[in-house]
Amino acid sequence: MSRIQNAVIESVKTVLGWVPAQWLPGGTPDPLIERRAAIGRQASRQDGPAKVRGEARFAAEVAMDRLTYASLVHGTVTRGRITRLETAAAEAAPGVILVLTHRNMPRLAPLALISFTDLSAVGNSSLPILQDPVVRYNGQVVALVVAETQEQADHAAQLIEIDYAADAARTRFEGAKDDARTPASILIEKNHVSVGDAERELERAPHRVDNVYRTPGHNHNALELHAVTVAWQGGSLVVHDATQMIAPSANVLARLFGLKKEQVRVLSPFVGGGFGGKGLWDHQIVAIAAARLVDRPVRLVLSRDSVYRIIGGRTPTEQRVAIGADTEGRFTALVHTGYSIMPTYGACPEQYTLGTRALYRARSFEIVQRHLDLDIVPNTFMRAPGEAIGTFAVECAVDELAHAMSVDPIELRRRNEPDRHPISGTAFSQRALMQAYADGAGRFGWERRLAQPGARRDGEWLLGMGCASGSFPYVRMPGANVRITLRRTGEATLSCSAQDMGMGTATVQIQHAADRLGLPVEAITFEMGDSSLPAGPLAGGSAQTVSIAGAIMAAADKLTAELLRLAGNASPVAGLRAGEVRLVDGGITSIANPSQRESYQSILTRAARNEVTVSAAGSPPLEMLKFAMHSSSAIFCALRVSQVTGEIRVDRLLGSFDCGTILNPKTAASQFRGGMIMGLGLALTEETLFDERSGRIMNATLADYHIPSHLDVPEIDVMWTGIPDPRSPLGARGIGEIGITGVAAAVANAVFNATGKRIRDLPITLDKVL
Amino acid sequence: MMPFTYSRAASIDQAIEMAAGGRSHLLGGGTNLVDLMRKGVERPSGLVDVTALPGTIEETGGGGLRIGAAARNSAVAAHPLVRARYPMLARAILAGASAQIRNMATVGGNLMQRTRCVYFQDVAGARCNKRAPGSGCDAAGGFNRYHAIIGASPQCIATHPSDMCVALAALDARIHVAGAGGARTIPMVDFHRLPGERPDLETLLEPGEMIVAVEIDASPFARSTYRKVRDRASYAFALVSVAAGLTMRAGRIEKIGIALGGIAAKPWRALRAEAALRGGPATAQAFEAALAVELADAAPLPGNAFKVGLAQRTLGAVCIELSGSDR
Ligand SMILES: Cc1cc2nc3c(=O)[nH]c(=O)nc-3n(C[C@H](O)[C@H](O)[C@H](O)COP(=O)(O)OP(=O)(O)OC[C@H]3O[C@@H](n4cnc5c(N)ncnc54)[C@H](O)[C@@H]3O)c2cc1C
Ligand code: SF4
Repeated sequence: MSRIQNAVIESVKTVLGWVPAQWLPGGTPDPLIERRAAIGRQASRQDGPAKVRGEARFAAEVAMDRLTYASLVHGTVTRGRITRLETAAAEAAPGVILVLTHRNMPRLAPLALISFTDLSAVGNSSLPILQDPVVRYNGQVVALVVAETQEQADHAAQLIEIDYAADAARTRFEGAKDDARTPASILIEKNHVSVGDAERELERAPHRVDNVYRTPGHNHNALELHAVTVAWQGGSLVVHDATQMIAPSANVLARLFGLKKEQVRVLSPFVGGGFGGKGLWDHQIVAIAAARLVDRPVRLVLSRDSVYRIIGGRTPTEQRVAIGADTEGRFTALVHTGYSIMPTYGACPEQYTLGTRALYRARSFEIVQRHLDLDIVPNTFMRAPGEAIGTFAVECAVDELAHAMSVDPIELRRRNEPDRHPISGTAFSQRALMQAYADGAGRFGWERRLAQPGARRDGEWLLGMGCASGSFPYVRMPGANVRITLRRTGEATLSCSAQDMGMGTATVQIQHAADRLGLPVEAITFEMGDSSLPAGPLAGGSAQTVSIAGAIMAAADKLTAELLRLAGNASPVAGLRAGEVRLVDGGITSIANPSQRESYQSILTRAARNEVTVSAAGSPPLEMLKFAMHSSSAIFCALRVSQVTGEIRVDRLLGSFDCGTILNPKTAASQFRGGMIMGLGLALTEETLFDERSGRIMNATLADYHIPSHLDVPEIDVMWTGIPDPRSPLGARGIGEIGITGVAAAVANAVFNATGKRIRDLPITLDKVL
Repeated sequence: MMPFTYSRAASIDQAIEMAAGGRSHLLGGGTNLVDLMRKGVERPSGLVDVTALPGTIEETGGGGLRIGAAARNSAVAAHPLVRARYPMLARAILAGASAQIRNMATVGGNLMQRTRCVYFQDVAGARCNKRAPGSGCDAAGGFNRYHAIIGASPQCIATHPSDMCVALAALDARIHVAGAGGARTIPMVDFHRLPGERPDLETLLEPGEMIVAVEIDASPFARSTYRKVRDRASYAFALVSVAAGLTMRAGRIEKIGIALGGIAAKPWRALRAEAALRGGPATAQAFEAALAVELADAAPLPGNAFKVGLAQRTLGAVCIELSGSDR
């Protein structure tokens, strides 16, 4: 993103700096923070029973008449041009209806890349899709076969013969550094941050660490494969998709296929894991085009191999972290720079340095990310993009410094805990990282750790403990809309095109709406997963919950005003204004005099209405710009390393989180745990084997790409401070991504504590430890 | 996947007859073959299902066992006689794959499973002499962490991935095979071939022959075990594995069997190391030194050089476990 954007955002922040906090969203804390009943209760997921019974229909399971099945063909060179494309055998194969290639693909404009300033732009790649014979990365879609059955489509796909004239491709990380680009901004933050002269400070610091950390590429491996079932109905388009961006996808597809917004409907009530990977990619586009050409519904379910080839993952990085400290351990310099891959046609900058800005106080900072241009499937967002791997580098460096100074690593962090945002000087909305450390250390038994590496053993196993901080920014997305229909019966339906990738979206918003509207949870229905409903935000940035919560807040205010209007002069609440009442116990109640109240039923009956409906959008999320808002965590790990084999086995993991109000302990704990398990994979086993000679991913299968198995996952303890954030709806901040952050560093630090070996190169495999 | 015919053999003779001609493959549990067919690595015109053939586990006269080729891996591992007499075999099998795969996988299929070399599995994007003789070997300059450190050739550096086979090699099992030309027995240690000039030829099985049973003699070892080394705690192939059995007499090694997995195109029976150890004390140092002799010809690659030392230390630790001795 551009320098102009930097200037705009900077000036907005400056102006907001002058505006009194009370005028902004979150200026006065959400009253529900104090008045929760359903919120904060343990509740099982609403969607659970249907999933267990197999009644929940995922995108690949939607039944349709005259359905056809599609199979993709991927290019096998990294750069080049198709010189021969033989489709006759495939076309003649049993059951085949269409072979779609660049020759017969409708001409389409490139997708607009995901942007945080244009919310209807959600493309992960701006490369042309089947528009020409050019191959731009290895694995690119070069053909699609549509047939009567999946087997026929798969078979025919193998009969297509393609020759390529290969061109030289850019595939080497190291080799691309000479041409590295330094973007002006990373997401909506300025990229290069320089405070004081960090290199000078570093040189004269009495204590310093200065090392390079490497993280490998990762691939998305959601349990549910990417899938679409597409139908053209008249001139309208229906897309059953596995997506975490329903409303934005519908907008983009309408634009791309020249349709009106109302003519496109994207449905995605259930998603079997997203993690940032379930966005708009090439497969939806080719399936939609094919469905138009065959004039029948088309289903395209990617194979696991296809997911690796055309769905981007996490970029590899090389990060330098240097910390200088004075004799007391106070940071005088913090340097975090590095390289990652970001092709010009991609959207995700993997913001590994953004979290670093808010983690520690330091006298000087030098922070900048450089982008490398390779010919690859564009990398994308993957659970805690940036922080997941940025915290690995920084939190290992802090541990290294603590060891060098013979200071307890938690104590070193305490000495550098900031009281305001270290770079902008903005106030934190709420931050209790040190409390999270204290609580976590107590429960974990941190005092049993011996600072001396290799000091504890059990037979051939060396035992170690490590800790690290995790962090993730608070984000509330603009453009979240909710409709509330309140019926005379005292039931309410909330509608929003929100998505659920298994985290409990509806469950938690029902709990919220119950408290917001003063109704029991059983009286609330939450409709979602459909772009024909009021547009919700995309599910990303751990932002969906608060974004929808903000919209419900706004809609509830509107509903209050509407109810007061309907109540009229004959009502006990006549004369009261919206700010003077609250919605409790199924009615409107005066705040000053709680006995002055009228039930919804009575108001609607008198007004001769069966129901009342309001729609609203959440307020602009200006609190994000006015305050420094971050979730943080303290991760603790105990593990053992075999002196014989170098094998690492994690015995215990504990996460102590400071993430605002916890809306539902059950769904929250499983988000934290899931994130931490993913963190274990990041630490120990996950690695995309990208062959730099060919530009090809060599382990495009779960047999060879190792996520943690059950035996790798120890008992995981999670706890939280639960302190509400006074600036956010419900006092909540995002919790979906923070779980993965800090885990890799906690593991690496524990490996050091066990063995005395610093592994700065993920994953920490046994050969590196030996 | 390409179209193929499917038939189910009711007898060994029928299976041989159905598979004659060479374009049909035998189908065990399908856990390896079907994956490879999906990837286009294997393209048989027909499958002959042999899972209805004998899969019984029976005691032989000499106190040994005869295991039908169709026996499921999980059934072998759970068999009381296997667990009591051949702990190394039960442990090896249980260290492999996942419970679901072991429930499907057969003993015949396990012996015949193909390498996990990622270049072998990538028909569209990689050169591989095993899959397409003469095309080259992309593993040599590529990802070869799981590849061989000994017995490889310039043509191929792949490993045989089986855990079960490592134990069978240490136990001197015999493989009973049958074909149109009759039945014969092949010693397990000879069953798999080293790649040499022909990495596409992996076993001594002739075209048209099939495995009918595996036989093991009464165990000569007082104690035996299997240790598998890998990054992920389960559901991962061995970087190095050791099957070892030991019988001591008056503080000296009387009988010993050692085989290693993850280091060669076949389960590597460490005959040289055994010879060096026999009659001597069972100490970790002695084992490690003996394996150094065994691996003197090792030619590791940059991606797997760590396996030489790893194999030695792992064997040393197994010795401690078996003999109860100290370092
Ligand atoms: C994800 C994954 C992880 C795994 N991890 C491990 C591991 O850690 N350790 C391990 O040891 N194994 C592992 N395996 C491999 C597994 O052990 C084999 O796939 C299995 O043993 C093969 O047996 P099958 O009966 O399914 O063989 P099939 O797939 O049916 O056949 C394999 C081959 O054997 C041939 N064949 C079958 N029966 C006979 C016969 N009677 N005579 C001659 N040829 C025959 C077939 O024609 C085919 O070529 C793993 C497999 C997978 C998919
Ligand atoms: S090591 Fe063997 S199996 Fe692997 S690519 Fe080389 S020739 Fe093929």
